[in-house]
Amino acid sequence: MSSTAAAPGVISLREITKAFPGVVANDRISLDIVGGQVHCLLGENGAGKSTLISILAGMQQPDSGTILVDGVPTPINSPKAAVDLGIGVVHQHSTLVPAFTVLENLMLGETGVLRNETRAKARLGELSELLGARIDPDALAGDLGLGQQQQVEIAKAMWKGSRLLILDEPTSMLTPQAIEKLAASVAQIKAQGLAVVFITHKLREAYQMGDCVTILRGGKNVGHIGTEELASYSEAQAQRAILAAMFGDDVATTAEAAELAGATEAVREVDDLEIGAKRARLELTGVATRGHGHDVDVRNVSLSVHEGEILGIAGIDGHGQAALAQVVAGQRSAAEGTIRFDGEDVTRRGVRGRQQLGLRYVTDDRLHEGTVAGMSVAMNLVLKRIGQAPFWKIGQINRKAVDAEAERLIAEYAIKTPSSGTRAGTLSGGNIQKILLARELTDGARFVVVNKPTYGLDLKTVKLVRQILTDFAAGGGSVLLLSTDLDELVELSHRIAVISDGEIVGTVQNDGRGTAEKVGQLMTGAIEGVHA
Amino acid sequence: MSELLSATVLAAFLTAIIVQTMPLILAAVGETIGEQSGVLNLGIEGVMLVGAYSGYVTALVTGSPWLGMLGGIAGGVVANLLMLVLNIWLGLNQIVIGLAITLMGEGITAVLYLQNYGKSPQSVPGDAWVIPGLSDLPVVGPSLFRQSGIFWVLLLTLVVVAFLLARTNWGLSIRAAGQKPSSLDAAGGNVVRTRSSAVLLNGAFVGAGGAFLSVLTTGTFTPFMTGGLGFIAIVITMLSRGRVAWIVVTSLLYGIAVAIKNPLQLIGVTVPADVFQMLPFIVVMLTLIIFARSSMVPPALGAPYTRGAR
Repeated sequence: MSSTAAAPGVISLREITKAFPGVVANDRISLDIVGGQVHCLLGENGAGKSTLISILAGMQQPDSGTILVDGVPTPINSPKAAVDLGIGVVHQHSTLVPAFTVLENLMLGETGVLRNETRAKARLGELSELLGARIDPDALAGDLGLGQQQQVEIAKAMWKGSRLLILDEPTSMLTPQAIEKLAASVAQIKAQGLAVVFITHKLREAYQMGDCVTILRGGKNVGHIGTEELASYSEAQAQRAILAAMFGDDVATTAEAAELAGATEAVREVDDLEIGAKRARLELTGVATRGHGHDVDVRNVSLSVHEGEILGIAGIDGHGQAALAQVVAGQRSAAEGTIRFDGEDVTRRGVRGRQQLGLRYVTDDRLHEGTVAGMSVAMNLVLKRIGQAPFWKIGQINRKAVDAEAERLIAEYAIKTPSSGTRAGTLSGGNIQKILLARELTDGARFVVVNKPTYGLDLKTVKLVRQILTDFAAGGGSVLLLSTDLDELVELSHRIAVISDGEIVGTVQNDGRGTAEKVGQLMTGAIEGVHA
Repeated sequence: MSELLSATVLAAFLTAIIVQTMPLILAAVGETIGEQSGVLNLGIEGVMLVGAYSGYVTALVTGSPWLGMLGGIAGGVVANLLMLVLNIWLGLNQIVIGLAITLMGEGITAVLYLQNYGKSPQSVPGDAWVIPGLSDLPVVGPSLFRQSGIFWVLLLTLVVVAFLLARTNWGLSIRAAGQKPSSLDAAGGNVVRTRSSAVLLNGAFVGAGGAFLSVLTTGTFTPFMTGGLGFIAIVITMLSRGRVAWIVVTSLLYGIAVAIKNPLQLIGVTVPADVFQMLPFIVVMLTLIIFARSSMVPPALGAPYTRGAR
């Protein structure tokens, strides 16, 4: 890649370097972003994609390196500077204010004294037409579905007539149908001559939507496939080229790598299970929760999880998953209905009571609810057994027993930590998730609720976590798997139920191809039903 | 009994409500601007006292209640500079700074007052706009339409604040800074500047509230004269959820509870004076118990904003 001035209509990064304590997030990254093209940025979690984006968005300053806009070196030292340059970003985490209306969200950051709603509505009209989406300007952002929120985010990013639109992992929480809609919008935007940077870790999407591809690994630009090159490749060829760059020699076989990177359609990996022949382990009958502020409550949920079964719960984030997980774990009381565990009515039992029966819970909020960051790894591993022998005797902690148990679990679950006394908060997300799984799946676990178990983890840990869950089920344990990642659900579950607005709207047998589409249909169908 | 509830008594009652409620409304409006932007200023009890004292001194020196009010506003703004620098610029804990401002405001004003005026307390000259025609009406004439012009100007500013918060880009930025500062930042807004403007306005309104209390309500300054009014303003702010009209309504409840002492005594209700002293606080507590569930604070309230931190 040449380091001379770039052609007009181009945003060029030259030798961008950004280091954080202990890690070089971006190591001399250079790339060109051209108008009218979709530039895919691929890489694992932690490869440096997000840092690169926040530099382009003006949220972070590079330690060294320059950004050229149309060949002119241009510092982007604040989000405002980025906005003024016409760089719009759709962040992975929503930047909409839920308590604001769509229009208020879009007008945020405007200058001038009075709010000009007429002009704003006209602009929104233009953008909705371009995006092919109908957006109600007066709806509260927090009331919109995730796909619609994303359309609003895109409209917001393009509000001031963008030159470059950056989409950071835009598909991670969408249904297959919503992804198709998004692809259509992206094609429209591209046709307007805008540059689009599309960040993903899924190969399939990169090949389908991208005009050119850049691969990041460990903060470095490890490969670039140009426009002509990519166009000349077949899908399989492109995959091979990208995978080689993405993983190097880390992953044993290409097939394995391809699957990790979401190159192929997900297929079920757990063994067949004759559900009828197995005893029901957890049975929910007409369960409802009530009152937790903004959270969606569950209503009239009936389901059963059998011995050795993984039951997946699919749904768009925030549709009652947290309430369902917590009501099963005992952290929220059921206002209606009964919960039976191995035939015994546990509706009135508390968290500890259920824990001792072997009913466990791995929360999705692993940093705050799941672990105490300031405590040692060892303490976090016995956190749910406080006061119990042999770790506590007559109210006094038995450090030897705690450490011995910690060492055992650290070895068994391959938790990478300097010692069992290290503060849990200093570990990586993947290792924290392993602490949670180790803690919940030990000591007589027979059932576990897991909420978004692989969200935000690197691919190797994702694979490991999924393996732990399948092994647990193969050993006769039962899993209630709540996830927003359809591929994950298809790979792991025997059956998949769909939750929407706190209700189970249908269940799909996971027996062959097309499951994802069926689940997607249930998800969208339910949503359209609700909003119709 | 009924002749005791004469026009004179009612007029006095109404006057008392107005002058007791106004300082609270002003303080709560100031606190609302701060809280909407995500800054919980627990120091307004102290800021009110600073405003009350500086307003009192200015009015004494210049002989003008109008300049006294300006002095109170200036005092409030200066007191809030501490919050501005320590919290918004340096990111220190709002609760600690707020309590420090309260303690400092109480201490400094008490010491200065006793040092300068303790031996010979003086009163501020009064001020009244007699509105022709209307002021001759029974009851409301002598109470409402003979208020100081300051009262009418302040009423106007309340309308202006409500308009600013609801209809302008500045108001939108303020609310975004309290709801989700990262969104404001990403949209090209400036969280620090937005919150700074809110804290300065907070100081101005709370200072004005204090000055109203010393210059117009009582006509004098006494140490600790706010007696918890600042904290009541914080409660009212949380119950009103950013709506100025609600602030006026809830503050009036308090004002009535304070002012009702005289008419009740006049009609011969014989309970110890202590009960009347307690009444406003009982009203506040009852209001809290009944409406506490509906109080809502902005999600980012109390959290200093650092770009990129999660």
